[in-house]
Amino acid sequence: MPLRLTRRLAPHPLLTVILVAVWCLLNNSATLGTVVFGTILGVLIPIVTAAYWPDRPPVARPFRLVIYCLIVIYDIIKSNAQVAWQILFKPDSSLQPAWIVIPLDLKKPEAITLLAGSITLTPGTLSADLSADGTALLVHALHAPDPDGVRDDIKSRYERRLKEIFP
Amino acid sequence: MTLPLYAEIAVSVLLLIGASFTLAGSLGLLKLSDAMSRLHAPTLSATLGVGSLLLASMVYSFATGMPSLHEMLVMAFLFVTAPITANFIAKVHLHRCRDVEDLPQPPADKIWATRSDT
Repeated sequence: MPLRLTRRLAPHPLLTVILVAVWCLLNNSATLGTVVFGTILGVLIPIVTAAYWPDRPPVARPFRLVIYCLIVIYDIIKSNAQVAWQILFKPDSSLQPAWIVIPLDLKKPEAITLLAGSITLTPGTLSADLSADGTALLVHALHAPDPDGVRDDIKSRYERRLKEIFP
Repeated sequence: MTLPLYAEIAVSVLLLIGASFTLAGSLGLLKLSDAMSRLHAPTLSATLGVGSLLLASMVYSFATGMPSLHEMLVMAFLFVTAPITANFIAKVHLHRCRDVEDLPQPPADKIWATRSDT
């Protein structure tokens, strides 16, 4: 019974923390008043919207998620430089755009969304579509002389880590 | 308002990096030849371009003694929403693409979600 009551009163504890942080950042201050009002919002909003969001996202290893974000940021910076170089100094005809099919081992929608998002945020690759049953991702690459290599790279670098985070 | 020298250098370098990547993104939009390739160019401006401009703004605010962090929020919202717009444009392209043969087939006789109604 106490467990069910906490679930009713705080359906998404992580969302509460994020909402308090967002409120403080929006106000650009961390005074007592902002934190208190942010906490009120952070408690009320998850309760009001709980009906639309029955499950908690199944993050098993939050620390791995931080490492994953750092890896993605590093890749974004690296491929930014590559794509800028290709755009500025290479003739258009030397680029070899390619469609790449990535068979997915991930099952959780949150994990697939995160994978598709990271692929798009990395310049040079862009996730275009998911197969109707959610088992393959269609990715477009700006310059991929070796499409299979790109596929293996994404699978070993991103998907393997996401599988550990969302088991 | 005067800045310490190191802050001035950091802010100018970050502004230059941001501006050059935004410029490269816009040039790519002009230069690349087909629709799907052109879709790659704005990611340059949306990630490192905006990212380092916002970082410059944060460094400036800390150096002038009025710390401000809500640039982090801009970055977070942008990183969440940018892939969605790109995905929508790609989906429109898939819808308009008449030759299904141009696309690789998903494994095991499945079908891409965008084309599943055709």
